[in-house]
Amino acid sequence: MVNSHNVTIKGTKDGLLLRLDDTCSFSTLLKDIKETFKTHAHMYDEKHVVHIHLHTGNRYLTEEQVSQIQDVIDPKRNLTIDSVDSNVILKEEAERIIKEKSITLIHNVVRSGQVINTSGDLLLIGDVNPGGMVMASGNVFILGRLKGIAHAGCLGDMSAVICASQMTPTQLRIGDLYRRSPDRDVVPTEAECAFIDDEDDLIIDKLTVLKKVRPNLNCFAEGGILHG
Amino acid sequence: MGEAIVITSGKGGVGKTTSSANIGTALTLQGKRVCLVDTDIGLRNLDVIMGLENRIIYDLVDVATGRCKIHQALVKDKRFDDKLYLLPAAQTSDKNAINPDQMRTIIEGLKKEFDYVIIDCPAGIEQGFQNAVAGADQAIVITTPEVSAVRDADRIIGLLEKEPMTPPRLVINRIRSNMVKDGDMLDVDEITNILAIELIGIVADDEEVIKASNHGEPIVMNPNNKASLAYRNIARRILGDSVPLQHLEEENSGIFSKIKKFFGVRS
Repeated sequence: MVNSHNVTIKGTKDGLLLRLDDTCSFSTLLKDIKETFKTHAHMYDEKHVVHIHLHTGNRYLTEEQVSQIQDVIDPKRNLTIDSVDSNVILKEEAERIIKEKSITLIHNVVRSGQVINTSGDLLLIGDVNPGGMVMASGNVFILGRLKGIAHAGCLGDMSAVICASQMTPTQLRIGDLYRRSPDRDVVPTEAECAFIDDEDDLIIDKLTVLKKVRPNLNCFAEGGILHG
Repeated sequence: MGEAIVITSGKGGVGKTTSSANIGTALTLQGKRVCLVDTDIGLRNLDVIMGLENRIIYDLVDVATGRCKIHQALVKDKRFDDKLYLLPAAQTSDKNAINPDQMRTIIEGLKKEFDYVIIDCPAGIEQGFQNAVAGADQAIVITTPEVSAVRDADRIIGLLEKEPMTPPRLVINRIRSNMVKDGDMLDVDEITNILAIELIGIVADDEEVIKASNHGEPIVMNPNNKASLAYRNIARRILGDSVPLQHLEEENSGIFSKIKKFFGVRS
């Protein structure tokens, strides 16, 4: 274990863990990192790539700053910064995460020609008429008849699901898998869900199956507090 | 201050113009002062159906562009004293000849003098639709029991819901009781289920409607016709009367229910 004033290096089986002090100025930190690695330069041979994991405590590092640290440690990239861990994130990032984790509630009939696009999950109370379309980066839940197009995981999440009280869509889309509706003679009377199975097929099944194939769907837990 | 009602459908040929003429005339028969406005510039028909074609001097575009005063363009229907007027569309220009602002001004002006301003909207969702909807306080969507017409009506309702007006109401036109009975035609419940708006009338398919239109007199002037009765009932519902809407009955065997179903159309 090697210690400097603001920089702590720790060897792990994956490489090096650098704990950086979060109270000093960034320029001091850079200087200290430089000192540390100069002092111990003999410890690293140039043939192997050593992965570095940064832990920055309560300091937020921009990408620019991370690359500055990389340059100070080793411009030749034999020692590469692999990941940066921090206690803090940007407000924008946090808002994005909240949005992604949240459920958008819409109470409306989605009519022909209308498109609803939400980030996170979508809960629609009302029908999606033929020619209408609902999109969500997460799951799509429809308390009503789905007769138009539903697109769950529209940013590429293949684990997203679509649930509807009456599953009679024109098309179902999950992630980048597009499927036209199954040819069914009878209108389904109970609610159903659609998901992608292990063989990359889009499956429509009873709602009870969902518990088995997507056990982690719960996002309201412990008295309605969002977590995860 | 009167009210402006736009009659629209999205799809062409479902009976917007016929319905405009008949609803307008039916309101007149109820004692209201009505002005019909044809906004189908370039493809005007309302004047023909009303039998007023030969009396047109100025038109909507002339009024919008200030070539004439609104009173000069209004065509009076002499069959109804001083109660029914028509503002005809231009036949020589196209839909872009006027804009929604001009339309709004014209409709505002008409609302001051008439109880009801019935605006006949052209088919489509482009400029013509935007113009027709601009001044309206209410909308009536016409559809026929065909999948394509219902789809277009759905699209139109979506667009109308964005406008600052009361929620649109629905008229189902040209329903054929025998085809519905055999399950070959969408029934009233199926249509209202999809469109999810208030239904204010069902008009049966009737050859007499076409005949009457060809003679330039709306079917509502014939008191003994079922389509005429349907239009009169629509007019009464617009006026706020509660006239029962007799839906087509559910599929049932037995001659009695079939007879009931047949009469159920007359609502």
